[in-house]
Order: sequence, then C-alpha cells, then structure tokens
Amino acid sequence: MAVYLFYFLVFPGLLFAAVTGGFLSWFDRKITARVQFRKGPPLLQPFYDFFKLLLVKETILPKQGSPVVFLMAPVFAVFGATMAGVFILLPLFNITTGFRGDLLVIFYLLTIPSFSYVLGAVASGNPLASVGASREMKLILSYELTFFLVIAGIIVKASQNFDLYSIIQLQKDGAPFLGSISGILLFIAGIFCIQAKLGLVPFDMAEAETELSEGSFIEYSGPPYALIKLTKYIMLLILPCFLVALLMKGFNLRGINILWAFLKVAGVVLLLTLIRNTNPRIKIRQAISFFMIWMNLIAIAAIVLAFFGL
Amino acid sequence: MNKKFFIPIGPYHPLQEEPELFKLYCEGEIVKDIKWETGYNHRGIEKLAESKTYDQVFFLVERICGICSTSHPFAFANAVEEICRIEITDRTRYIRSIIGELERIHSHLLWLGLAGHFLGYNTVFMWAWKYREPILDLFEMITGNRNSYAMFKVGGVRRDIEESKIPVILKAMSDIKKKLTLLTGAVMDDPVIHARTKGVGVLTKQDVIDYGAVGPTARASGLAIDIRKDDPYAAYPLVNWKVITSNTGDVFAKTEVRLMEMFESVSIIEQCLEKIKKEKEGDISIKVKEMPEGMGTGRAEAPRGEVFHCVFSDGSNSPVRHKIRAPSYVNIATFKKSCIGQSISDATITLAAVDPCYCCTERLAAAYDAGTGLKIHNARELIEMSVSKTTLLRKQQG
Repeated sequence: MAVYLFYFLVFPGLLFAAVTGGFLSWFDRKITARVQFRKGPPLLQPFYDFFKLLLVKETILPKQGSPVVFLMAPVFAVFGATMAGVFILLPLFNITTGFRGDLLVIFYLLTIPSFSYVLGAVASGNPLASVGASREMKLILSYELTFFLVIAGIIVKASQNFDLYSIIQLQKDGAPFLGSISGILLFIAGIFCIQAKLGLVPFDMAEAETELSEGSFIEYSGPPYALIKLTKYIMLLILPCFLVALLMKGFNLRGINILWAFLKVAGVVLLLTLIRNTNPRIKIRQAISFFMIWMNLIAIAAIVLAFFGL
Repeated sequence: MNKKFFIPIGPYHPLQEEPELFKLYCEGEIVKDIKWETGYNHRGIEKLAESKTYDQVFFLVERICGICSTSHPFAFANAVEEICRIEITDRTRYIRSIIGELERIHSHLLWLGLAGHFLGYNTVFMWAWKYREPILDLFEMITGNRNSYAMFKVGGVRRDIEESKIPVILKAMSDIKKKLTLLTGAVMDDPVIHARTKGVGVLTKQDVIDYGAVGPTARASGLAIDIRKDDPYAAYPLVNWKVITSNTGDVFAKTEVRLMEMFESVSIIEQCLEKIKKEKEGDISIKVKEMPEGMGTGRAEAPRGEVFHCVFSDGSNSPVRHKIRAPSYVNIATFKKSCIGQSISDATITLAAVDPCYCCTERLAAAYDAGTGLKIHNARELIEMSVSKTTLLRKQQG
C-alpha cells in the first residue's frame, strides 16, 4: 500500500511529474520567447507562478453558479492527470505493475482533466466560460476518436498487446515503431491530438484569450487556478512521455542514455512549441473537420498499413 | 431571441486595449445581433480646445489619439491655414508628408501585430512590433519624441529635417522595405491565416457607401477613397503614388490593403526626401500675423481613414468652436453589417479589423440622471442644441 502511495504522491506521480513538467513549461516559454525576439522567463518562473497563486492570491468565488463543483473541478483535474502520469511513467522507468490492459485506462484517465475544465467552466456561471466549455466539449469529441485510433494503431503494431510495458519492451527488442511509415503517420496524428489536449495554439479556442478572455478559466483565481496550472504542467510532461513510450521505444536509463531519454521528451515538446508559434488559432468548426476528416484518415491509413506490417 | 444573454466584449477585455463594450447577442456560436456602448473615454476635448490658444490646441489634438498622433494636428493645421488663407512652403509640405507617412507605417505595423495577437498568432505580434521600433527611432531622431511628436504649428513645422539626417532615413527605409517584404510573405502565404480571415466580416462596396466607411476599411471593399488623392494637401500632389484597393472586403483584404499601403508610404517618403534636397534648408514656417474671422475645414488621411476638423474663428486668439470627427466614428457602425451572422471567433477579428480607436471617436457622452435614471439629453434635443448653437455663431459672425 505504502509503495502505491509513494508512486502516486512522489515518484513518478505528483511531485516528480509536477516539477519536471514545470521545467518543461519553462522550456516551452523560453523557446517561445526566443522565437519572438524576447528574453524569456527565468528558470524557476513556472514555480513562482504556481506558488504565487497557491499562497498569495485570494480565491474569488463567482456569485452565480455552483461553488462546490467549481472548486472540486481543479482537484479532479490534478487527480486525473497524476493517475494517468503514474500509469504512463511507471513502465517508462522499467517498473511493471503486472497490470495488463493499462493502455485503455490511460486513455480514459487522460480525458479527466479536459472534462474537469468543462465542469468547472459550466459551474462558474459566466457566459464567456460557457462558450469556452462548449468549445472544449466539441474539441474533446473531435480529437478523442483520433486519439483512440492512434492507440488502436499502436496495439495493431504491437501484435495485440494492451499494456504499455510490453509495448516498450517490444520496441527495445526490435526497432522503434516510429521507424516505419505507419509509425510516422501515427506520430503526426498523435502530435496534433496532444496539441489539442494541451490546449495550445492552434487548438486553444476554449481559452482564446482575445475572444473569450481565458474562456473556461475566466473565473478561476488563487489556489484553484494554481491546481489548474499544476495540471497543465503535469500534462505537458506526461503526454510527450506517452508518445515517446508508444512510438520512440521509451527510455533507456543506463549511463549516457538518460540524456538521450531527456532529449526525446524535450524534442517532442519543442515540436509542440514550434507548432504553436507558427500558427494562428483556428475556429472550432475548422478544428472539428481537421480531426474528424484529415487526422482520422491518417490514423486509419496507419492502422491499415500496420496491419500489413509496414 | 433572448436579449438578456450576451457575450460581452469589454469594458475590460484583452481584445481591445481601450474601454468600450460590445454586446454580442448569440445563438450558440453565431452572433445574431450586436450593440455597442462607448463613452468610457470621453475627455471633453472639443470644449477644452475653446479655452486654448491656436498654438496650444496642436498639443491638445495630438493627444486625441496616441497612435495616429500626427493626423489630428495635420487636419487642424489644414483647417486653421484655410481660415488664415496662407500657403505653406514646399519644404514644410515635404516634412509634413514624411511625418504623416512614417506614422502610417508605424500604425499599420502596430495593427498587423495586434491582428496577429487577436488570432492567437503571437509570433507575428512580436515580429511586427520589433520591425516598428526603427520607425519610432526615426521619429525620435527627427522630432525628439517617439510618439506625440509636437511637429506641427500654424504655417509650418517646428523642426527641420537637416541634410545630414536624410541618408539615415533613406537607409532605414530600405531596411524596412526588406522587413515588410518578409512580413507580407509570412502573412499572405500562410494557409491557416487564409482559413481564418478569408470570407470573414465581408463588407460589399454598397455597404461601405451606405455606412460611409473610410480609410482601409472602405478601400478593402473596392472603394478608392483617400483624402490624399481626393482633397490633396501637403506634398501628396507633388509625388507619385497610387491608392491601394482590394475587392473582397473581408478581413484578409483589409490586411492586404494595409500591407501594400506601407510600401506606398515608403515610396512617398523616398520621393519626398529626394525633393526636399532642392528646397532651402530652414525654410519651414510662415509667420502668421493675425487670425481673421471665419470658418475653416481641414481633412487628413489618418492611417484609419479620414480625419475631419472644423474650426470657427472670431478673430481672437482661440477657436470659438472646434469640431472633430475621427475615422473610427463611421467605421465602427459597419459592425452592424459585418459581424451579424458570423461566429464569435470571426466577429472578434472583424471588430479588430477596422482598427478602431475609441478615444478618437468619443466626442460626446450621454448624461443620465442618477436619481431618476433618465437620459438628460436625447438625440433630438442634442440636434436642436447643435442647430441653435450654430445659428448663434453665424449671427455673431454676421
């Protein structure tokens, strides 16, 4: 029991994921700043942001709406993200729980943060937040199918193995899945799903600063908003890690290979950052057709190719 | 339609840096009706102008708008010079045009950056504003200020552009041309920007005529109105340039018109600098001996469109009446046509696409009685007040 609590709270759960995610968030912001001819924040800025919100800022509750749901939503979000983080990171650090079929659990857990945002936004009773929530909902509906197809493609490639540990082991014994045509197609579809899950430009229409002034999160302040920030840090770590585990043969934690593992995750984050800095925000209708038509086609083509062993 | 539920854009909203309130009445994501409330920014400038001398009014009208801070003095100078019936020297004309065009470049770059920001494309925001910096440095070199240049006065300009500064400006112009080409390519060839701006917020030529829109908003719909051509002033009739128009009338066309106008501005500045060398240095102002009675109107093409100033003089040191109309006043009304039927995402970028400037626009605030909640003046009363005041002025002047 104690070891599971340790997994959840310290390593590779809450503490580890949040700290590493915070540094990745700094990396994202620094790269963004350099692309935009700015200096960028200091290394610890994400943590300053978090602790300022947690310890200094007051919580303002909206007059209308449901305060309980409004305050519980960020807690759910952190919980979901951390649970998903434990399931994704344990196999990556070579610890097997013997749980077969965790891929589907991860898929469900990863949707919890997005649904919590919707819940919190609706509970706030703000018209801008309600538009944000409806957009987030439409976005979830459009990218989830693609994300599911990507995972299905991996399962086909991994000869019907449903657990992340064996998928990583299979790649370590053979070649990484990214080295094939179907792998590249799955990577493309996967990276856009991650972009949408993280709510980064071009899929940030739920927040849409200049349209809805932070949309879903408009009423959040103080510690509840700190928890949302924490969720975002965790998601920024675990989603790229998930992609690394699925397609890029996970981590090898011996000697110099640790650096290589770090570079893999940083590379995926860099790709996400570059996508977000070279595109404007698209409309929700365009996002739906982007995922429903193009990304699904790519994912299905990848599955067919994987079925024929390409 | 449920009139109680609306998406508020303002009074404090990241979309517009000034206070104003747009109420978007929506069904789902589609905007069904739009109402706007302004009046957060009224400063009583017209009234204030009546208590200042003509020289001081220049500093006042310069502060109407922080971005196009030369267009208002420009129009005011045209108005006062019409009353005085003076012809300014050619060197003054060139200097005024150079300042006006530099301002157009910096204002359009500012808009381009903001438009990028409104679309969530912060890289364009930062790049456009970085390229705007050298223009502000030029202003500092020529006038001593990066903004609010205090360059104009009745009958001339306050500072000369000396021979030594001309190569520096020319160098900066050739630099900015390269950067503008880069930005134009980045914006015009981006398929995602096309997806976001094409067919959005369309104004037909007839709409533009009906609403009396001016500036790039009108030119993007194929209506070639430009005060610099229609009512030539300063050095604009002395140099070669063309009015940029586009036909589609959507947000993309407005972007295109502004981008192309910046190239025209660069060309105007280069021609002015060539011609200014032939004029005598220091010949930049005419002494105004006295102020005759009468009325003068002045127009200038600001980056956002036509600025109109009307000045009444009774021969004293300060204007009796000073009427100002800024371009946003007419451009904002087109939202009624361009925003309805769009989604919220499209409506927000359409609001920003006319480059509205609310502090320019707000000339009058309606007053409400705090006790009864009634409006103290309604529109008819205001018109009656205006008519009676004009009659009074006419009587006074004979």
